[in-house]
Amino acid sequence: MNKDILICGVGGQGTVLASKIIASAAMEEKKTVHSAETIGMAQRGGSVTSHVRIGESYSPLIPHGSADLLLAFEPGEAVRNIKYLKKDGVVIVNTVPTDPVGASSEDNSYDASVMTDYLLKKCKCIFVNSEEVCKEFGSSKFFNIVILGIATGADVLGVSFDTVQDQLTKRIPQKFLEINKKAFMKGYEIGSNAQI
Amino acid sequence: MKEYLMGNGAIALGAMAAGVNLVAGYPGTPSSEIIETLSKYPHEGLHLEWSVNEKAALEVAAAAAYSGARAMVTMKQVGLNVASDPLMSLAYVGVKGGMVIVSADDPGPISSQTEQDTRRFADFCRIPVFDPATPEEAYVMIQDAFEYSEKYSTPVLFRPTTRVCHAYASIDVEDIYKPREYEGFVKDSKRWVIFPRLSYINHGNIEKRNVSIAEDLSSYGFNSVACPAAKKAIVASGVSYSYVKECLKGNTDVRLIRVATAFPFPESFMLEALKGADEVLCFEELSPYIEEQILKLSGRHKLAIEVRGKLDGEVPHNGELSVEIVAKILKEYLGEDIGLEQIDVSDSPGLPVRPPVLCAGCPHRGSFYAVKRAMQGKKAYFCGDIGCYTLGNAMPLDMVDTCLCMGAGITMAQGLDHVNEDATSFAFVGDSTFFASGITGVINAVYNEADMILCVLDNSTTAMTGHQPHPGTGKNMMGNIVDKVDIEKVLRGIGVKTVMTVDPLDLKKSVEAVKDCASLKGVKAIIFKSPCIAIAKPSGKCCVDSEKCINCKKCIREIGCPALAGTEKGVSIDMDLCTGCGLCEQICPVEAIRDLEGSRS
Ligand code: SF4
Ligand code: SF4
Repeated sequence: MNKDILICGVGGQGTVLASKIIASAAMEEKKTVHSAETIGMAQRGGSVTSHVRIGESYSPLIPHGSADLLLAFEPGEAVRNIKYLKKDGVVIVNTVPTDPVGASSEDNSYDASVMTDYLLKKCKCIFVNSEEVCKEFGSSKFFNIVILGIATGADVLGVSFDTVQDQLTKRIPQKFLEINKKAFMKGYEIGSNAQI
Repeated sequence: MKEYLMGNGAIALGAMAAGVNLVAGYPGTPSSEIIETLSKYPHEGLHLEWSVNEKAALEVAAAAAYSGARAMVTMKQVGLNVASDPLMSLAYVGVKGGMVIVSADDPGPISSQTEQDTRRFADFCRIPVFDPATPEEAYVMIQDAFEYSEKYSTPVLFRPTTRVCHAYASIDVEDIYKPREYEGFVKDSKRWVIFPRLSYINHGNIEKRNVSIAEDLSSYGFNSVACPAAKKAIVASGVSYSYVKECLKGNTDVRLIRVATAFPFPESFMLEALKGADEVLCFEELSPYIEEQILKLSGRHKLAIEVRGKLDGEVPHNGELSVEIVAKILKEYLGEDIGLEQIDVSDSPGLPVRPPVLCAGCPHRGSFYAVKRAMQGKKAYFCGDIGCYTLGNAMPLDMVDTCLCMGAGITMAQGLDHVNEDATSFAFVGDSTFFASGITGVINAVYNEADMILCVLDNSTTAMTGHQPHPGTGKNMMGNIVDKVDIEKVLRGIGVKTVMTVDPLDLKKSVEAVKDCASLKGVKAIIFKSPCIAIAKPSGKCCVDSEKCINCKKCIREIGCPALAGTEKGVSIDMDLCTGCGLCEQICPVEAIRDLEGSRS
């Protein structure tokens, strides 16, 4: 079965590792995979996306209206990218906003609840607060692994728990493996209990 | 073995499968990962280099190809402009070993100054060009490109676009790299020394040869036609072909013609492919090259066919194509709905704009800010250049008044100086760009008596394109440690009398250096030296003492570091982002920012 997964966020949030893990897990399960990344200027704090397409596909980018799953590392970016989502697609979204950098923060910061309310109106959502779930790991940098856990737990990733976990072992240096596995499990639990 | 490869990786391993002996290039998005991939696979017997610029790379490779070796050059499309001087001549001289010039185009443009089309360059130089649509194709096609190059003794262009370069696919690749055997350079001045007479003769030969290549390419497997009986035809090339296929999924009543070799245009293939068609719609990014060729063909052969595409306004000239754009145009053309059902987003709330910014702790921020501070209230012009530091244009720094092409900042500062006597002209150039095309500009300034201040932002890497080494870093792509070319010595050697080296994260000293230089005549240079934070270990972390912070937000307003955030209670620092560079510390008027205890090793 075909599965299109769009990962979006702000440059520096670790979206690329998440997409690599999904792609290699799908390959491990003998599925055809294609993916595409934002590389270049935008990596410096701009909006970034990774497109993962499991199954036969032609375009390197997911067409609008075709994604089964949107993994959003930032609420504003989720809204920016829901045009890619299928009508019955699922969004897993971090509710903690990243304010755009600017001269003075007041006129640039925005209200994350406007974004989450909008998402709720438009599609099936799982909301997570990255700061809360990552607190025990000491840094929000583990959110990319948490979100993979959530998608696996909610059974919307299209690859199995075991293959994803194998990929973590393969891709993450020994030193950080234990903590990443914990982050994955934490996400998995959240995902398993999520109502969508 | 199966490898999950980026299009650029596929090009790299495809070239290895072709036994390439030498690869040279200059980094540039979207082409940089080709050479990086090569360096990561076992490649004993391959000479690999980041050259100082594209012209150097092409000349190095040309001589290897004269010797019978297989050579590849990699660059982005604007790099081909730099390499065009040797390329135009090389097209007349030709090669012996296969030589492929990879020039990656960037429709959008996403990370480039121009939307130029390498296929036009191929036509301009009269040499073949290959245009892959996917990473899988790129792996095979690059090998074909070497074959054609050798068969016709001509350099060949290879033109992927960003979406092909940066797309990943799983590809079956050769396990072992076997470099080609070759004869070595054989002296033959009638062949290798370009003279007007040689160019005259070869020009004639090349035009004749191109007719044969066009014939040959007419049966090339990647030039294909599906459903040849349909009255309505579509022509597509490169990634546009993938978009059309995505849109046509399942629809078999339209004739789909794919052109993978735009020049020499495979005329007999196209004549055959268009037979019996009433209309043809062309999808191609950048320029309407194939469309023009078809128009020419239909004129010469008096075809009763309507040619549609960019020239009649249906397909946009600028920007990249996408499944959405193609689907919309195809809907009109075919009269059937092929788009997907979408969520209605017309009521979307306003979204934050996120222009790219310098990283938290980037030393360039300190350099720009020091110049800004030193020149406050004085008239000054700031000429920027190509690299991460182009981002110095963003608010609140706002320190880039011009940016044109690699190395231009240095020479443009001189032009500004010569006609604007009341202002001080500055040029900002990165270390890699300085080596690529800055040095000649400085010599020009010294010789022609410009008054200017050159700021070399030396962060010991080529940051924007993914941190490649360069002559100042002391490392090369053969994995060797080599002597560093010292920028300060270079500047002194070419006649710059005042050269200062400062740490851009030391605000006071940096401001003083700028002020000192501004009071002198002639060409002055300041080397702001501090490593790119993306490759250096952060020195620690800073934090805000909320008792002391008076919430004036001066730090945010002045330098705009992404780690600084304003809250109602005062400024806070994001510990995940802060590198402890200390710049904000030096700006805070009440000393509320300090090192986080124990964070410095
Ligand atoms: S010390 Fe200040 S300026 Fe430097 S990275 Fe941290 S917050 Fe940014
Ligand atoms: S990558 Fe390096 S040079 Fe580029 S913005 Fe970041 S710190 Fe600065």
